[in-house]
Amino acid sequence: MESLLHITTLHYLVLGAALFLLGVIGVLTRRNVVIVLMSIELILNAVNLNLVAFSRYWQGIHGPGALHGQVFAIFVITDAAAEAAVGLGILIAFFRNKETVNVDEVNLLKW
Amino acid sequence: MNPMAANPPITNPPVATPFFFYLLAATMIIGGILVITRKNAIHSAMALITALLAQAGLYLMLYAPFVAGVQIILYAGGIMVLFLFVIMLINLERNMKERQFNKQWLVGIVAAAALGGLFITVYTTSTRGKELFPEGRVAYADGQNTQAIASLLFDRGAGQYMFAFEIASLLLLVAIIGAVVMAKKRI
Repeated sequence: MESLLHITTLHYLVLGAALFLLGVIGVLTRRNVVIVLMSIELILNAVNLNLVAFSRYWQGIHGPGALHGQVFAIFVITDAAAEAAVGLGILIAFFRNKETVNVDEVNLLKW
Repeated sequence: MNPMAANPPITNPPVATPFFFYLLAATMIIGGILVITRKNAIHSAMALITALLAQAGLYLMLYAPFVAGVQIILYAGGIMVLFLFVIMLINLERNMKERQFNKQWLVGIVAAAALGGLFITVYTTSTRGKELFPEGRVAYADGQNTQAIASLLFDRGAGQYMFAFEIASLLLLVAIIGAVVMAKKRI
């Protein structure tokens, strides 16, 4: 009970792991490409939560200026924006050609 | 200037931290479950926006106000609007009548459960001997978060991430061009 009420880094890591698993389940099981992309956003956010929690942990050791985890989180958000833009562009091109957003129909490069 | 001198550590911890942590964590978990189970993609996007806002609250609890602001402005405000635009551009009525989960859903859930077992194993074994995360650290106010991040990103002397920042701008340029080329009707 004491370990539940005293919030530590591990609590954030467990929450990040749960969100990561939800994103993995979404990527592996859904057929709608838009929801697959949203699940990838969930995975990236789980990683970001871990990075910021570790940054807080690191600040406790090296002082309040040790913010490398937060800087990494900002870079991850930048990558997520780029990934969403390109992914949704590909999705629009795919929908124009096949008239569907079903991920099972994306088999042009399959042999 | 020493930031520790400008902000002396406060001795009393914040009030009701466990309550807000579990509230925001439950909001995030429920939002994530709704994202991967809803049939309508608009509902999934709304659940994802709720989860992202709750995550911004968790960033504030971790004393990361700049990342929290970026999360709200860029994620909940920018990326999710892009998602909603695309959802409304494409035709969804036919997709909603189809099966929502693919044929490999059982294999996918088994793989995710294996990954979850790996997480549980790592976290329990690494905390039993108390070597990875010895104890929760005492929280104290940090009023210069944005300034410290800016000096890491831009400062000539202490900035270690200036080159990475420039590369990130190049990445964004490539992504803009890529998105326009992908969405163009004929190149």
